[in-house]
Amino acid sequence: MLEGDRKNQLLAILFATREPVTPEELAPLFEGCDARQIDAIARELMDEFNRLQGAVEIRKVAGGFRMTTRPEHHEAIGAYLKTRPSAKLSQAALETLAVIAYRQPITLPEIMDIRGVKGTSTIKTLLEKKLIETRGRKRVVGRPILYGTTRQFLMHFGLQDLTELPTIEEFEEILAQAETGL
Amino acid sequence: MLAEPIEQEGYRVQLEVFEGPLDLLLFLIKQQEIDIYDIPVARITDQYLQYLDLMQGLNIAIAGEYLVTAATLIYIKSKMLLPQDPAAELEGENADPRRELVEQLLEHERFKKAAALLHDREVVELSVWPRGGGEFEEEERETVSAGVFDLVQAFHAMIERFKDQIIFTVDPEMVTLEQKLVEIRRLLSLQKEFLFSFFFQQRISRLHLMMTFVALLELAKSGELRLSQKQSFEDIRIVAC
Repeated sequence: MLEGDRKNQLLAILFATREPVTPEELAPLFEGCDARQIDAIARELMDEFNRLQGAVEIRKVAGGFRMTTRPEHHEAIGAYLKTRPSAKLSQAALETLAVIAYRQPITLPEIMDIRGVKGTSTIKTLLEKKLIETRGRKRVVGRPILYGTTRQFLMHFGLQDLTELPTIEEFEEILAQAETGL
Repeated sequence: MLAEPIEQEGYRVQLEVFEGPLDLLLFLIKQQEIDIYDIPVARITDQYLQYLDLMQGLNIAIAGEYLVTAATLIYIKSKMLLPQDPAAELEGENADPRRELVEQLLEHERFKKAAALLHDREVVELSVWPRGGGEFEEEERETVSAGVFDLVQAFHAMIERFKDQIIFTVDPEMVTLEQKLVEIRRLLSLQKEFLFSFFFQQRISRLHLMMTFVALLELAKSGELRLSQKQSFEDIRIVAC
């Protein structure tokens, strides 16, 4: 059990880890702290740290906290590491992913219905990239496989959780605004 | 699909990359600023079919779903031409025949917007590095059967590795695929399993290696042997079937 300066311990852990660290993981390690308290400490740390720092920041991603560089420095880092951001997803992959994210768990025929396009290759790509996973089978004729998004999906798009995505109803408003704006 | 400007009824049309028939329909509607709730079906159907013609003219294979939507459009068009059944009207069954399609289009549009949002977030996220960035995460891989691309990669890697050993000859060589096929079949009859690097150890010329490689692909296709590798770029295992 750990005692002492929680905030700095937390910061040290975030510095040393690559994956998002969740309060739930830390709760058993921090004496007398439950996940909720750790979450509060982490948020405080995040605010303080991000106010002072111009290069790196603590962000809440996929239900945990993670230290990353700030987006504005991507050119500098890219130039040094001589890497480019890994390939972006295709339009087809993004659309399929959007359908799955909003309607999960969902079967392939349902996805094809919404997209109006046949084809299984995007599903395969998304599975390979671990952005989606299977979620058992639907209890209908043919027992089709159900798909849902993964933690990797949240990380890929820098989302805290699925509720961070605007709801489909909100898109309705965005669409309406766009139309009246024309 | 190809981007090809065409002249059509006085205005220029850019053939864009369409993600399916709904995308094409939405494009036609947007382009002419048509109210999505009041689509002139006859006109849109004509334009939609013109597009399919055009795509065919450009030798673009039209996927089945485009034809399904064409059929749906024509069905709706014919339904709107027919006088409404007064009996059905009493029962409230005379809903707008376009409704289902409109709902589908609206839903498609919503998800397109959602996809655009995901794209924006992805761009931001790709410009952010986690701790120790630049290192690629090790992925666990099981033995996978190798695709042609893997084979070519492995072939290339091994040519690089055994570069010094490969003897280049100036004289024209006569190597035929048939010879190599016979050779490999004989090898397989002696030994059920061997590695691709085996051929490199024999200090043979590049041409021989290439013909061997082609022969291996040929035999894999005909099912006489199986090719597999533990990982990309690894040595290829050749197993008799």
